Formats: sequence, C-alpha cells, structure tokens
Amino acid sequence: MSSNSASARYSARHRRSAIWMSLSVAAAAIGLIGLFMILVVLLWKGVGGLSVAVFTENTPPPGSAGGLLNAIIGSLIMTVIGVAVGTPLGMLAGTYLAEYGKYSRLAFVVRFINDILLSAPSIVIGLFIYEVVVAPMGHFSAIAGALALAVLVVPVVVRTTEDMLNLVPNTLREAGAALGMPRSMVIQRIGYRAVRAGLITGVLLAIARVSGETAPLLFTALNNQFFSTNLLAPMSSLPAVIFQFALSPYEDWQQLAWTGALIVTLAVLALSIAARALTATAQQK
Amino acid sequence: MTEIAMPQIGRAGPKAQARGRAIQRFSWNDNFFRLLTQAAALAVLLILGGVIGSLIKGSIPAFQAFGFGFFTTQIWNPVTEKFGALAPIYGTVVTSAIAMAIAVPLGMGIAVFLTELCPPALRRPIGTAIELLAGIPSIIYGIWGLFVFAPFLQTYLQPFVIEIFSNVPVLNSLFAGPPYGIGILTASLILAIMVVPFVASVSRDVFETVPPMLKESAYGVGCTTWEVVWNIVIPYTRVGVIGGVMLGLGRALGETMAVTFVIGNAHKISGSLLAPGTTISASIANEFTEAVGDLYTSSLIALGLILFMITFIVLAIARIMLMRLELQAGR
Repeated sequence: MSSNSASARYSARHRRSAIWMSLSVAAAAIGLIGLFMILVVLLWKGVGGLSVAVFTENTPPPGSAGGLLNAIIGSLIMTVIGVAVGTPLGMLAGTYLAEYGKYSRLAFVVRFINDILLSAPSIVIGLFIYEVVVAPMGHFSAIAGALALAVLVVPVVVRTTEDMLNLVPNTLREAGAALGMPRSMVIQRIGYRAVRAGLITGVLLAIARVSGETAPLLFTALNNQFFSTNLLAPMSSLPAVIFQFALSPYEDWQQLAWTGALIVTLAVLALSIAARALTATAQQK
Repeated sequence: MTEIAMPQIGRAGPKAQARGRAIQRFSWNDNFFRLLTQAAALAVLLILGGVIGSLIKGSIPAFQAFGFGFFTTQIWNPVTEKFGALAPIYGTVVTSAIAMAIAVPLGMGIAVFLTELCPPALRRPIGTAIELLAGIPSIIYGIWGLFVFAPFLQTYLQPFVIEIFSNVPVLNSLFAGPPYGIGILTASLILAIMVVPFVASVSRDVFETVPPMLKESAYGVGCTTWEVVWNIVIPYTRVGVIGGVMLGLGRALGETMAVTFVIGNAHKISGSLLAPGTTISASIANEFTEAVGDLYTSSLIALGLILFMITFIVLAIARIMLMRLELQAGR
C-alpha cells in the first residue's frame, strides 16, 4: 500500500517534470521559430530589390528608381572614422585595466562605468554629441556622426582588450621581464601579440555593433539625399535612410528600405561570424 | 666611494654610455606608455561625465520653466511651448514591463532547454544562433514590426482580443478601441522579441556556472529534471539571472528604433494598451530634428536625462548583482 502511494507520488513528480520541460521546449521552439521568421521575411522582401543599381546609384527622389550608394558610402566613412578614433582609446584603457591598475580603485571604477556605457541607450549618446559637437558648430556633420559611433566603440573595445590580456599567462610576462624588457615593451611585444586574434575580434564586434546604429546618427550626421564625402556636412547612412524610407508612403522607397535592411543585417551577421571564427581558431592553437 | 666610482664609469667607454642612454630611453618610454593608458582609462570616466554634464546643461531651461511639474503633466504642446514628461515616462515603463513579463519566462525557458534538454550536438549551433540574433540591429526589428507584425496584429489578433474581452470588466478597458495595429502593445511585443535572445544567452551562461557535481548529486538522490532546475540551478544562479534580467530591462528601456516605428508617437496616456502612445526614446528620435525653439529642444534633452538616469540605476544594480556572482564563482 505504502509502496503504491510512493510510486504514485513518483509518477506524479515525473508528470510535473514532463509538463515543465515540454513548456521549456515550447519556449525554445517559439523563440527560435519567431526569430528565424524575421530573418526569412527580411530575406524575402530584401532580395527582391537587390540589383546592381542599389550599389551604383544614389537615393532617388520619391517615385523614381535609384539605389543606396550614398548611404552605403556614408555608413562606411563614418564607421571607419568612428572605429579609428574609438579603438586606440579603448585598447589603451583596456590595457590599463588589465596590466597596470588591475586592482586599483581607479580600475574598479572605470570597469564599472565602462560596463554601464556598454549598454547605455545609444540615443543618449546622440544627444551628448549634439550638445558638445553639433550645437557649437551650428550644423549637423558627418564628423559628429563618426564621433557618436566612436563613443559607442570605446566600451566594447575596452572590455575585449581587458578580457583578452587577462588570458596572457603571467609566465610569459615574467619571461619577458627576465630578459630585461621594460613593462611597456612586455605589453606591446608579448601581450598584444599573444592575443592579437582576440583584439581583432573585439574590433570586429565593435564594427558590428555600430554599423546598425541609427539613433545616435539621427541628430548628429542627420541624412543627406545626395552623394557627399564632406566630413563637415550632413552625411547619409544606411540606417538613417532605412528609417526615413520605411516610414514614407512611397513603394519604391519602402522597397529600398527593405533592401538596405537586408544589406545591414548581412554585414552585421558576417562580422559577428568572422569574429567567432577568429576566436575559435585562436583557441585551437 | 662614489667619487672614485663615478669617473670609472665615465671612463668605461662609449659602449656603457650607449647602454645607459638605452636604459634611460626605456624608462622614459615605459612611463609614457603607462601614463597614456592611465589617461585613456580616465577618458572613459570623462565620457560618462560629459554625457551627464551635457544632458544636465541642456535640460536646465526646461526644468527652470516647468519645475517639478515636468514629471507630472502629460501636456506636450510645441505651439504653446508647454511640455510635460509624464506620457513618455509612462510609455517607457509600461512597454518595458510588458516586454519583460513576456521575455523573461520565454528566455529562461530557452536557457533551460539549452542547458538541460537539448541534445549536445545541437547545443552549440542553437546557442550561437541565439547570440547572433541578439546582435541584429534594432532597426531591423522596427521595419519588420511596421510592415509585417503590426498589420498582422491589426487584422487578426487585435479584433479577436477586443471581441473576447468586450464584456469582461477591467480587461475590456485595457483592450479597448479600434485596432490600429500600432500602439503600446505592439511596441511591447517587439521589445519582448528583441530582449528574448538577450535574456536567453545570459541565463544560459549563468546556468552553466552551476557545478556539475551539485546537479549530479540531485539526480543521484532521484530528482526529476524539473526538480533539479527549480531546486538546484535556479537558487544557485538567482543573483546572476536577476542581473541578466536587469541588463535586458536596461536594453528595453533605452531601445529606440524598434519602438519608434510602431508606437504611434502620441503624447497621451491612454487606458487601452491598443492605443498609440510614446516612449522617451521614441519622442526624442521623432521630434528632435524638428524641434524649433530652445524650450522644445531643452525639454527633449531633459527627457534624455531622465532616460539616462533610469537606465543608469537599472544597469548599476545589474552590474552589482553580476559582480556578486563572479565573487561567488571565484570562491
């Protein structure tokens, strides 16, 4: 009798477990299917508009055909400048956190603040650059957009640089010091080289992060209907064009928005996958 | 002694002198590099200080004009230059709350699936896919929400929901009005979709910190999978999970583009979740470039300051909790 009720309890516990676990499987199914649906729709709608003209012609006025050339070039210019400004700063700060100030109070505070900047709302960064660059200059400019992106690059690079340098075995540093190398040389010639793949990964991730950013560009670089490489003038960017064209009532603009969205997504995915592949091969060595 | 030794070194020849100069150069370079890295670290603090300082400076006119009333009124009238932040604050809080209520169970369900149930061969591919999805730019979710999700809700889900709740008190006012497609609920759902991969990957990471021995002991005394998750994994990782959820909340609060597309940008607090509304970030994104007049611009910057303060607090709590987990893991 007692063994009967015990086995009843046992199977009740198993039923309970089975119910919760099937809910968990359902959550995974819903989540994955839902997210892949977004990608499929994006591919479906975006591929339809892909053509050579997208990469060779500028954004059109409503009602006529055109491409995204000025937006693509604008995005590339601002991303390159943003990364070129943000990466050295981030790498140096990350080096301080990992090598010099590891346990200092300053490093503790910087680490904490950096983690917050890492997930701070990007639109607030846009407002910050508007206040310190756009307002004093009196007009929107590509350089302001690039600086906004640089502010977003810094925390990503700080984080990866610190994490990567922490992976360098201390015996390597000691070996360098034993040869009489000063500390800065140990860091530059041994530390950086040992984790080069990781550092590049960090930069790739930072590029992936900023290349889809829209909010900080809206009121720094604004947008430009025409082809422009003037850093002191407003500049077009893919995300800003997607935003403008998607909310417009014109069909060809909406199609270009989908195509632009597809290009941005593919670029971001390619960068993230490259970053992953790089760390994977580096770890195998 | 030194007086005798010095000339001897001096006489040691050019080789020793070159050596001395090289060491001098080394030590100069060394100090320079150390100070450079320290300056860069301070620059990170400077960025934060600059963000806070510039937002405060920019929002002074608005706070001077409206005082504390800025937080408690929902009038937003560019013509008469009367501005209040209540509607955007309400929109931000409500959309984030609904989004988290959906995303947390879903994300944790996925994490449990990945750590306990998934066949090992699929674990890495699915985990990687989720992490990649977490990195997709928010504007993509926005354009999908506008063209695919909102029309779907408008045609199928919303009329159905309005219909079935029409006679239920409370719920009928929560789901009242014409099915616009865009609105608070749509924005919340898009936010939830965006936050799910984030919650899932953070939860999976912290679930994996549970020592296998603890789980094996529980299985050894006859626990079912659910009992292991509920009594071992979740209590052990509680702090980390809450930290991860707060990080997701920080992301939802500050999310701009995905919300701007589908919220409708109406500065009005409506009892119905189907009605258009606005959030802090959507208001700024929609109106900033068109804002004429110092007071209008300043009010939008004040909104930005409020948003930054809210997310700062949320993110700080998240980091402190995750740090406690790291200390625990280090023990």
